[in-house]
Amino acid sequence: MRALTWHGKHDVRVDTVPDPEIINPRDAIIKITSTAICGSDLHLYDGYIPTMKAGDILGHEFMGEVVETGAKSTLKKGQRVVVPFVIACGSCYFCGKHQYSACDNSNPADNQDISEELWGHPAAGLFGYSHMTGGYAGGQAEYVRVPFSDVGPIVIPDGIDDEKVLFLSDILPTGWMAAENADIEPGDTVAVWGCGPVGLFAIQSAFLMGAQRVIAIDHFPNRLALARQMGAEVLNYEDTKIYEALMELTGGIGPDAVIDAVGLESHGLFADNVLDQIKATAFLGTERPHVLRQAIVACRKGGRVSVPGVYGGFVDKFPMGAFMEKGLTMKSGQTHVQHYLPGLLNAILEEKIDTTFLISHRMALEDAPHGYDIFKNQQNDVTKVVLKPGLAKAA
Amino acid sequence: MIDQADAAEPGARDDAPRGTTRKAEPDSEQQQRGESALTARTITINRKPDEVYAFWRDFSNLAGVMENIEAITVRDDRTSHWVVNAPGGRTVEWDAIVTEDEPGRLIAWQSAEGADVSNSGRVAFRDAGERGTFVTATLAYDPPAGVVGKLVAKLFQKEPGIQQRRDLRRIKQFLETGEIATSSPPNPAPKA
Ligand SMILES: NC(=O)c1ccc[n+]([C@@H]2O[C@H](COP(=O)([O-])OP(=O)(O)OC[C@H]3O[C@@H](n4cnc5c(N)ncnc54)[C@H](O)[C@@H]3O)[C@@H](O)[C@H]2O)c1
Ligand SMILES: [Zn+2]
Ligand SMILES: [Zn+2]
Repeated sequence: MRALTWHGKHDVRVDTVPDPEIINPRDAIIKITSTAICGSDLHLYDGYIPTMKAGDILGHEFMGEVVETGAKSTLKKGQRVVVPFVIACGSCYFCGKHQYSACDNSNPADNQDISEELWGHPAAGLFGYSHMTGGYAGGQAEYVRVPFSDVGPIVIPDGIDDEKVLFLSDILPTGWMAAENADIEPGDTVAVWGCGPVGLFAIQSAFLMGAQRVIAIDHFPNRLALARQMGAEVLNYEDTKIYEALMELTGGIGPDAVIDAVGLESHGLFADNVLDQIKATAFLGTERPHVLRQAIVACRKGGRVSVPGVYGGFVDKFPMGAFMEKGLTMKSGQTHVQHYLPGLLNAILEEKIDTTFLISHRMALEDAPHGYDIFKNQQNDVTKVVLKPGLAKAA
Repeated sequence: MIDQADAAEPGARDDAPRGTTRKAEPDSEQQQRGESALTARTITINRKPDEVYAFWRDFSNLAGVMENIEAITVRDDRTSHWVVNAPGGRTVEWDAIVTEDEPGRLIAWQSAEGADVSNSGRVAFRDAGERGTFVTATLAYDPPAGVVGKLVAKLFQKEPGIQQRRDLRRIKQFLETGEIATSSPPNPAPKA
């Protein structure tokens, strides 16, 4: 089959690779109909995530048709399904508590060593996201093997367009959980850093959860315009001093909750950030957490910090004093996608949530390297790229 | 034999399990016998102690979930024969004799005279309520002398900690999910 494979920093290619096969009884094979490129994929593309190997198939946002099932899969051939990017067994202690991204069993035993050493506990398996999270082949391909297919995939009723439901695989539940982790109370003001897909869905979710005001921060005019369409007040960090603006907008109180929807590749020309970038290039530190620092310092006393943005290693100059002295609470995590799927699918079917506005580009799987290039380098115009293995390569 | 390896010793300075000490215990029985490798590791399995015990007690089950096992043959209620892959394409073998057996609580074994690698171990099962069972496996190896000994030592002394925790994870996966998670394509030449 054809698949998008990683070969190094800023080097991804569409190669011919062996078709996936059923290995375990709970597996299923899905024929991909739509798959998206995520901000998380850019961390791989930019070489920030260790334990990648040349030839790894990327992609963790995908959906398609069931074409093969293992003896213990509950799926049926021909069903259309959206697959969560988190792989979860459904039967460990954590899955029992619906903390699916903490699943004990989905990461193969040998692959668990790295995260156990780095983070103290082994991480769950994820599709297409390095060997420390399992080394599973991803879904930017014609076919994918889905382990524990009786737990993850959600069946989509006929007649519903791929584009209406594709983002159930990651960014819609991620935006939702980001807002949930902000413990929003009616009347709250919530500040969201990053108006990429995750930030935008966090804004949408925050309003649905009763936030009175959302203040969105980015520097791409088009992305800020989308945030404004949802009802957010917007701040462009290239034109505006963010801390000062947030204080003025909230009467000096600060936002009740802050959401870092940027993660480890925070950019901008801020003194601390430039230092981080020099260190990251010299491999002294791994993250550039300008946003996280700014969010903690801006957050009101006793407020909540929600971090959907991805971090992998160590953060330098973490403002622990501000965090402790103001009595803040922080919640984070890879999304417990499975937990949110039924509710969010319903909200889509009842037309309470629309996600299609986000898609700016659709292209053939064969054109995926171009998709990565523009999603990385033309973020103002490119808000989300959907790849379709069924489409012919652009001339 | 390792005594109460999963629990702190009476009179110890703190309540730490024995496998977590910072220094080798100079007067330990194990050191006096010249054994140099002791590994202890606890994992929680979301199943009742009886179920985990029963799976473990039938040693033939372990061959399918542990790495590096060529074959485990159960001879009788107390004796099983282990053939384990060692570096350099070799195998090492021993008979393991069950020395303690408390259903739902404990299994201990010791290799018989003539073992290629003399070893002993015990696995304790403790009820962990809604979390299932705390399973503590403690292994001690006595590596043989000579060149083969060195190779074997490499496998059994430097690696056993890693090997043991991976094996425990696989046993947990199998008992909790009915399968062993893998991201590798099927092996073209599966082992017999
Ligand atoms: N927790 C999870 O399970 C999960 C799931 C999906 C994505 N993520 C993570 O969420 C983050 C966002 O994902 P995305 O797909 O929206 O990514 P994206 O790259 O499309 O968007 C990130 C946005 O942040 C903006 N930004 C950069 N520096 C900023 C700064 N200093 N201040 C304000 N905005 C800034 C960028 O301009 C960009 O618009 C990534 O870190 C991604 O890995 C996490
Ligand atoms: Zn994603
Ligand atoms: Zn699980």
